[in-house]
Amino acid sequence: MEKNFKDGESSKVPPSEGFREAYTLHLADDALVLGHRNSEWCAHGPVLEQDIAITNIALDLIGQARNFYQYAAQLINGFKKAESSRASLLERGFEAEASEDSLAYLRDRHEFKNCLLTEQPNGDWAKTILRQFFFSVYQYFLYEKLQVSKDHQLAAIAEKSLKEVTYHLRWSSEWVIRLGDGTEESHQRMLRAIEELWLYTGELFEAAGYEQHAAKEDLGVDPSSLKPKWEEKVKEIFSEATLPYPNKVPMEGGGKKGDHTEHLSSILADLQFMQRTYPNSEW
Amino acid sequence: MNFQSRKNYYGDIPEEKGNGNIISSDARTDWPLWEIFIRSKQGLDHKHVGSLHAADAQMAIENARDVYTRRMEGISIWVVESKYVHASNPDDAGNFYEPAEDKVYRHPTFYDLPDEVKHM
Repeated sequence: MEKNFKDGESSKVPPSEGFREAYTLHLADDALVLGHRNSEWCAHGPVLEQDIAITNIALDLIGQARNFYQYAAQLINGFKKAESSRASLLERGFEAEASEDSLAYLRDRHEFKNCLLTEQPNGDWAKTILRQFFFSVYQYFLYEKLQVSKDHQLAAIAEKSLKEVTYHLRWSSEWVIRLGDGTEESHQRMLRAIEELWLYTGELFEAAGYEQHAAKEDLGVDPSSLKPKWEEKVKEIFSEATLPYPNKVPMEGGGKKGDHTEHLSSILADLQFMQRTYPNSEW
Repeated sequence: MNFQSRKNYYGDIPEEKGNGNIISSDARTDWPLWEIFIRSKQGLDHKHVGSLHAADAQMAIENARDVYTRRMEGISIWVVESKYVHASNPDDAGNFYEPAEDKVYRHPTFYDLPDEVKHM
């Protein structure tokens, strides 16, 4: 089932393979939404050096999102050629063909496939750090496996991005330890952040349909297989940070299937305003 | 503990002679200043590129990575807490440096350097 899409030659893909497009969009949306959240810190960081650090991470994630969107656009445009009825996404857009921009700026909230964790508000520095830490641990093990995907394009993006994520994981781990094992106040703030974010961690490992399908075809990763390593890493860092590992709580999910919290709406309003108001504007 | 000290960072000349920059440090809230040295490629020396604040050496290296190597400027980072850098006093410039001015024979300009020798 292996095909090379690098030259845009994807028109022979049968429509039943739509999971590949959905899976790629899911990876892109996770990176874009968390990248956008982090970018909200720009010029608001607690100190200059950390302002630059969090903005670098935002740019890394948005760069990853671009790679995935570009590939998703190739896939979608391929489907369009194969079967024009599948092009509803394109008909609504302002451009004849899907592009990284149309996918980021012209899809509606229910079409976004990011995990709820990534769209949670920044809160204080502790919450932003913890959100990044939870996600970086997940993304690290995900990309590690995705590197050997049968889909060469996904594998290449994963390999390139893993170096960035390795640093995100290091940076966020050290901050979790620093705050958890810091002052009474920083410890309290970390506890509050755990309380606010823990319920969104379950969704990371619950496979949506397109993830199951992608995993079955060896194109993607079954996220439930990442859970043991994720838990082990989080326990290790929490222990060093003198933070308690949380008990089981009911988890929130649905983001991967397009069922989002109201927070995504405010992100999209901010992110998409320019393209929605002034279609095809460039600067 | 709150203390004051006079300090001229890397030889900066004080605004008012004899007064120095008054560094007031509250150890509970201020992150110390670190001097950052970057090696741009193998075979070259680390060069001073600037300074930044960080809570400890580990954070100083990471901050330096984020602040000073994001445009591919380096492959190695050294950090030194600024308080450990001792600078010469600008008042000593006369007897420190001027005596060298008329001693051109100390320059190794009387040799032909082979082309293979770079970075001299």
